Amino acid sequence: MIVGKKVFIPLTMLTIGRKGIIVNIVGGEGMRRRLLELGFAKGTVVEVLKNDFGPLIVALGESRMVLGFGMAQKIMVEEV
Amino acid sequence: MGEIDVLKGKKEIEIALVGNPNSGKTCLFNDLTGARQHVGNWPGVTVEKKEGRFEKGDKSIKVIDLPGTYSLGAYSEDEVIARNYIINEKPDVVVNVVDSTNLERNLYLTIQLLEMNANIVLALNMIDEAKNKNINININALSDFLNIPVIPTIATRKEGLNELIDKILSISNIKPKDGFIIDYGKEIEEEIKKLTGIILNYPEISKRYPVRWTAIKLLEKDSYIFNEIKKTTNLETLSQVERSRRYLQEILGDDPEILIADMRYGYISGLIKESVRKLQTSEERYTISDKIDKFVTNRYLGIPIFLLIMYGLFQFTFKLGAPLTDLIQKFFDFTGSWLSNILTGIKTPEIIISFFKDGIIGGVGSVLVFIPPIFLMFFALSLLEDSGYMARIAYIMDRLMHSLGLHGKSFIPMLLGFGCNIPGIMATRTLENKNDRLITILINPFMSCTARLPVYVLFAGALFSKNQGLVIFSIYILGIVLAILTAKLLKKFLFRGKTSPFVMELPPYRIPTLKGVFIHMWEKGEAFVKKAGTIILGVVILIWVLSHLPFGVEYASQSSYIGKIGSFVSPVLKPAGFGTWQAAASLIFGVLAKEVVIGTFGVVYGVEETGLAKVIQQNFTPLSAYAFMVMTLIYIPCAAAIGAIKRETNSWGWTGFSVGYSLILGWIMAVLIYQGGRLLGIN
Repeated sequence: MIVGKKVFIPLTMLTIGRKGIIVNIVGGEGMRRRLLELGFAKGTVVEVLKNDFGPLIVALGESRMVLGFGMAQKIMVEEV
Repeated sequence: MGEIDVLKGKKEIEIALVGNPNSGKTCLFNDLTGARQHVGNWPGVTVEKKEGRFEKGDKSIKVIDLPGTYSLGAYSEDEVIARNYIINEKPDVVVNVVDSTNLERNLYLTIQLLEMNANIVLALNMIDEAKNKNINININALSDFLNIPVIPTIATRKEGLNELIDKILSISNIKPKDGFIIDYGKEIEEEIKKLTGIILNYPEISKRYPVRWTAIKLLEKDSYIFNEIKKTTNLETLSQVERSRRYLQEILGDDPEILIADMRYGYISGLIKESVRKLQTSEERYTISDKIDKFVTNRYLGIPIFLLIMYGLFQFTFKLGAPLTDLIQKFFDFTGSWLSNILTGIKTPEIIISFFKDGIIGGVGSVLVFIPPIFLMFFALSLLEDSGYMARIAYIMDRLMHSLGLHGKSFIPMLLGFGCNIPGIMATRTLENKNDRLITILINPFMSCTARLPVYVLFAGALFSKNQGLVIFSIYILGIVLAILTAKLLKKFLFRGKTSPFVMELPPYRIPTLKGVFIHMWEKGEAFVKKAGTIILGVVILIWVLSHLPFGVEYASQSSYIGKIGSFVSPVLKPAGFGTWQAAASLIFGVLAKEVVIGTFGVVYGVEETGLAKVIQQNFTPLSAYAFMVMTLIYIPCAAAIGAIKRETNSWGWTGFSVGYSLILGWIMAVLIYQGGRLLGIN
């Protein structure tokens, strides 16, 4: 997804140690609500701690979250 | 003035603890109430309700520990329970426990509490960890901004506890202030205004629920409030809600629910800017917890480490439990013969001696000797839970579970099932997908619970004294394998479909407090002791009576009622190698509670000085004993677990399926093992 000059990529494209700002969550209402409650709000910075097989582990502020691959695929970020 | 008047004047204060999972809420609850806790269920549901009490000065304070939640929507039973409690019971004070290192997300819940006009104290917990992470919170600014008292605490060290209690008492008689308002922007505010106008026409709603909150909930399409409105108002209200929602969606381009959540986060981030300063330090981004995780969740090391830990858990349970069990056994043996000597000495009728010796000590005693391994197992499981490792297991197991069409979170209820299947079945509530949940419920009884442990310890001890640990471990593994195969079958034939989304928090590792682990262990182990005093005692007495009837029959002989019941079923069990009526009777009554399997043997064989193990050696070969253990593992969940399956699936069909499937599977497995073993020349 390209908006203006910025490139938005799914969270799964970030390798270990990279960070991204959440710009959008594509997906059903239920999934978006669930992610919001857990703190995945627009504008939040996430850092990928693990992305080798299966689910990702990401740092969201001070908390650590496990995100299924399919779920992470739906979180669009701008790499920073 | 009489005493009653004084008591009347001393009003009890009721407070509720609310907070995110892993905010230290349970720890704070334990600090406040100590051992004076009562665990029950919320009416009508199986969610655990924890209550406690403490005194301060002349005041008595009742504490309710509400389920840990991230939000107060209507999406899970936990959330509905927490918020209905706050709205309907109106506790004097709501203590909102927040994790200071994670303020942003934790305050999301706080905001929702404020919108419900609760009388809040914010317990800024783990303030020490925030300091370590260079997060500087301006407590006064936070308190001014939210207009509620804020008390920093460190629950694990009981710091800030007195200040918190003082604050609770000082605001307990203040009427909760309303007037906390987040400005949701012109468009949303206008719709809120329209809805509040309508709601005010219905006193039965506006008296029960805060009006503005109700309007916001309607815009969020909160299913619970929707139903309440449907019941009490006319259709015009609902159509206005629909109109408002559609209007907002059109002009703002998103679901009102998401817009509102975004606004709340916007408010919080403003608040954080005003009151929190995070000092940037040099690249010290990785905490100890992350370092451990690198290792523990490693692609290749993860599963071996997990298996090693599980092996350690079993070794701990059995190696440490065995000598303690022997000790209690000796105590009962001694008490049995001592009692029987005394009773014989005072010329007590034979039948009464038999009641105490065979019934009570033989039956209940044979079950109670297994207290040590059961408590140790719960201790070890609590350790896994409190340290934070349990959540990692979900991650590690995700790949394996994925091949079954489930995800890693389903593994946690399975693991808890090793303690007791009922909490295991209840823990499936954390799974959002209905089919995943149903499968996880149905396979849970194959996870070998502590009630079945006595059977294994007794049989393996009697016939496999050299490889006792290994034999028992193999039974546990067999249970896991059958659970996995069953899940695969169910997914393949009954619940086709995609794997559901998977997201969960990994709490930082913590060194568990001994007190916390002991309280956890006791909460769960207590049920076992209670069961021994109630249902097991009752069933054992019933078996003892059935062993004496009809009158004149030789005690516990084949012509007694119990003998007849057992003989009726035993031919079916013959191909599995345990076709005795005693084995059949013990399995039949074992459905009431699996410990009764041993209790029944204790009663019908009337354990004299020889002990139950000797009797088992005379009646079973190693092969038939193994088949019997397998049967005990698999056949029919116990009555309480059947009840839990019914409640959680809300379907007699699935409950019946679980009973029938496990009975047939158990029989087939036992027969396969026995006949297969014989073919291989094993005895």
